[in-house]
Amino acid sequence: MDIVELSRMQFALTAMIHFLFVPLTLGMAFLLAIMESVYVMTGKTIYRDMTQFWGKLFGINFALGVTTGLAMEFQFGTNWSYYSHYVGDIFGAPLAIEALMAFFLESTLFGLFFFGWERMSKVKHLAVTWLMALGTNLSALWILVANGWMQHPVGSEFNIETMRMELTNFAEVLLNPVAQVKFVHTVSAGYVTGSIFVLAISSYYLLKGRDLAFARRSFAIASAFGLASALSVIVLGDESGYEVGEVQQVKLAAVEAEWETQVPPASFTLFGIPNEETQRTDYALKIPAVLGLIATRSLDEEVKGLQQIKEENLQRIIRGQEAYDLMQRIRAGDKSSATVDRFNEVRVDLGFGLLLSGYTDDVLNATPEEIANAVEATVPKVWPLFWSFRVMVACGFLMLLLFACAFWHSARRTVDKPKWLLKFAVFSLPLPWIASEMGWFVAEYGRQPWAIGEILPTHLAVSQLSPGDVLFTLISIAVLYSIFVIIEIWLMTKYARKGPSSLHTGRYDLETAEAQEA
Amino acid sequence: MDYEALRFIWWVLIGVLLIGFVVTDGFDMGVASLLKIIGKSNDERRVMINSIAPHWDGNQVWLVTAGGALFAAWPTVYAASFSGFYIAMMLTLFALFLRPLAFEYRSKIDNELWRSRWDWALTAGSAIPALIFGVAFGNLLQGVPFHFDDLLRLEYTGSFWALLNPFALLAGVLSLLMIVNHGATYLQLKTEGQIKARAEAISSLLALVCAVVFVMAGVWLWVGIDGYIVTSVIDTNGGNRTVEKTVEIMSGAWFINYGKAPLLWAVPALGVICFVLCALFSKARAHAMAFVSSGLAMAMVLITTGISMFPFVMPSSSMPNHSLTMWDATASETTLFIMFCVACVFVPLILGYTAWGYFVMRGRLNEQHIRDNTHSMY
Repeated sequence: MDIVELSRMQFALTAMIHFLFVPLTLGMAFLLAIMESVYVMTGKTIYRDMTQFWGKLFGINFALGVTTGLAMEFQFGTNWSYYSHYVGDIFGAPLAIEALMAFFLESTLFGLFFFGWERMSKVKHLAVTWLMALGTNLSALWILVANGWMQHPVGSEFNIETMRMELTNFAEVLLNPVAQVKFVHTVSAGYVTGSIFVLAISSYYLLKGRDLAFARRSFAIASAFGLASALSVIVLGDESGYEVGEVQQVKLAAVEAEWETQVPPASFTLFGIPNEETQRTDYALKIPAVLGLIATRSLDEEVKGLQQIKEENLQRIIRGQEAYDLMQRIRAGDKSSATVDRFNEVRVDLGFGLLLSGYTDDVLNATPEEIANAVEATVPKVWPLFWSFRVMVACGFLMLLLFACAFWHSARRTVDKPKWLLKFAVFSLPLPWIASEMGWFVAEYGRQPWAIGEILPTHLAVSQLSPGDVLFTLISIAVLYSIFVIIEIWLMTKYARKGPSSLHTGRYDLETAEAQEA
Repeated sequence: MDYEALRFIWWVLIGVLLIGFVVTDGFDMGVASLLKIIGKSNDERRVMINSIAPHWDGNQVWLVTAGGALFAAWPTVYAASFSGFYIAMMLTLFALFLRPLAFEYRSKIDNELWRSRWDWALTAGSAIPALIFGVAFGNLLQGVPFHFDDLLRLEYTGSFWALLNPFALLAGVLSLLMIVNHGATYLQLKTEGQIKARAEAISSLLALVCAVVFVMAGVWLWVGIDGYIVTSVIDTNGGNRTVEKTVEIMSGAWFINYGKAPLLWAVPALGVICFVLCALFSKARAHAMAFVSSGLAMAMVLITTGISMFPFVMPSSSMPNHSLTMWDATASETTLFIMFCVACVFVPLILGYTAWGYFVMRGRLNEQHIRDNTHSMY
């Protein structure tokens, strides 16, 4: 394996494991704030117990979020040093702002949330909890501003002297439409995750017939918050699809297995088996006009197919060759206005020239075959995107159905919720994680072959390390993370089974049993 | 405000963040490093852990912020140092992995072996980074073998083992000892009885050792380590021309700034004095003063290094002309300006709520308090 593959595997591993913990933190933080608000408003101790018990589970999850988050912060520098040099001027800023504005707030108040109960007034503690929730969500905002810029790099331009991208308009980076829709979609997905978590575990208590008052109240809060969040994830996900249609046509075409441009409005392939060899989708089940509507919000605009995109990319690679050559001449000292003017005309395609450099030793004189390889590389594989997207959407609708049923029953104040609903809730526990991982896979794998969309190809972005070093760290991380995740799940299960009795308040069902054991 | 001023401000701000890191996260790393040395029983160790429990997470963000600020303000330095010191950085990272888990999970299971494992994890997770950060600075002072190609891609040509040279190890030891000492002064402030007494004894000796090692490292730097000097003129207001300057390696170059402005000698001198004061205050049981002087001493050690290397931040030993300085390895003027504004708003806010957090959690902890709140404490 070469250094690029190893670095990508390490990034994929660390990012996907990190995102097992992030959505639960995002969602639970608000659920805790809601529960504690009810406590402060009603003065009922049970809501304080709810905040503290769900807070315990939140803490177990948060610790691994912090641990795996450290790797994210480090590894742009360690494994993606040319990336860091090339786009750090833009990409570094949101990360630093995230730390200053959000992560500090969240982490400082995390300690006070747990240890401050007896040391401040109810209202002050409530403020701490809300600010902690605000911190976690602001954190997501800045991270997604950074990620949105990778997908759709706005507000910046190439500086040939420093050989990197530089910031020209910070407001554009912040208000990047891709970043904005991603932010709301991602945090809503976090709220769904938190709600499913509380709903599933509460349902488990209800099925077991213990701690009923505690479980029913948790169930009610989770179903209401979850229903609102699930609706918003789906609506905002659709909005996200629209943005992708606007700015990342390759990703959209791959996700939808749109091999050729269709006559508008394009039909939507609900299911089928994408076939890379024939460039067709076998056994396709199509719904007329739907893709055109989702992606363009119109009946007459076309959704570009992969074939057409490749043809356009061929032209961009040819211009990219020229841009690459001119760039080298200018850097070597040729500052004649003819060279500089021509460079400014073709510089938008410099990224394609850099992409080609991964397929040939001599960019200017690349053979037609080398160019053809680079053109093929501009389009990601279809089937992984096609399937992971569909799995994500299916999970999303399943969860929406669950929340709708759960909300219906808790709004009607059904005392004994039907068994099937409780079981449905318990077995839905993995769904939000599957959906989140699939969603990120679509976002990041669909960005390939680019580290920064159409600007910096992934193969150039890596650090020039020895493959042995990266293999060593990849294996070490895999081993460490496996141990951590096993411990975390084990602890989480243990405390979830114990339930509110783990608070040792003397008010919950398992405590007498435990006292006897002890 | 021009580019030159912004560049200088960011040199100061990165320093401030690093100082914020050693002064705050330093004490919780120090307490964790001392866990098995001072804490003789589970209750004692729980007192130590709970003295830092509400704060360590916020403190660690100084490190995360320093990393983020390095990325934003000095992207090339971030790229070069993190990828150049690859294995060392990853080992630091692996050690840091253990801390959040050890704090959160240690007391979740009532089992002696489980707790002992997490105690070791906490100690390793705190002591190893403290050591490696020092080693990294020791290597920066000697220069690091890296250069750029014509696309400004970095290539590092050293090995991990070469980082573990005698001078760098001495710097590592100094870093570890300072942090352990700082942890001991914090324990003096936050605990009672035996733990406090042991912490006083440790600081009153260790602070003096720190002073001696600091002086030793300084003398070694003077007689044994060649410094770097820029021999061409850098346009401090112009774009980054990172590889176009000329740099020479010269013995004694790291002391040129002190020669130019002798008043600067006050900084290392204050460092030594603060260490000595820390020892004296610890002996005299003036706990707050001991803690403050320990923090000041560490800040002075960092500032001493910064002044010595100014304007260098990462000299290249294999291609000195490619060395990174705070004038020509920075972000663009726009980014530096925006980040400066962000820092002006948020650093005071952070200091405010952090201080409030310490105020809320004020007071000393003892074993009885831990036993009374056994289920809600770490």
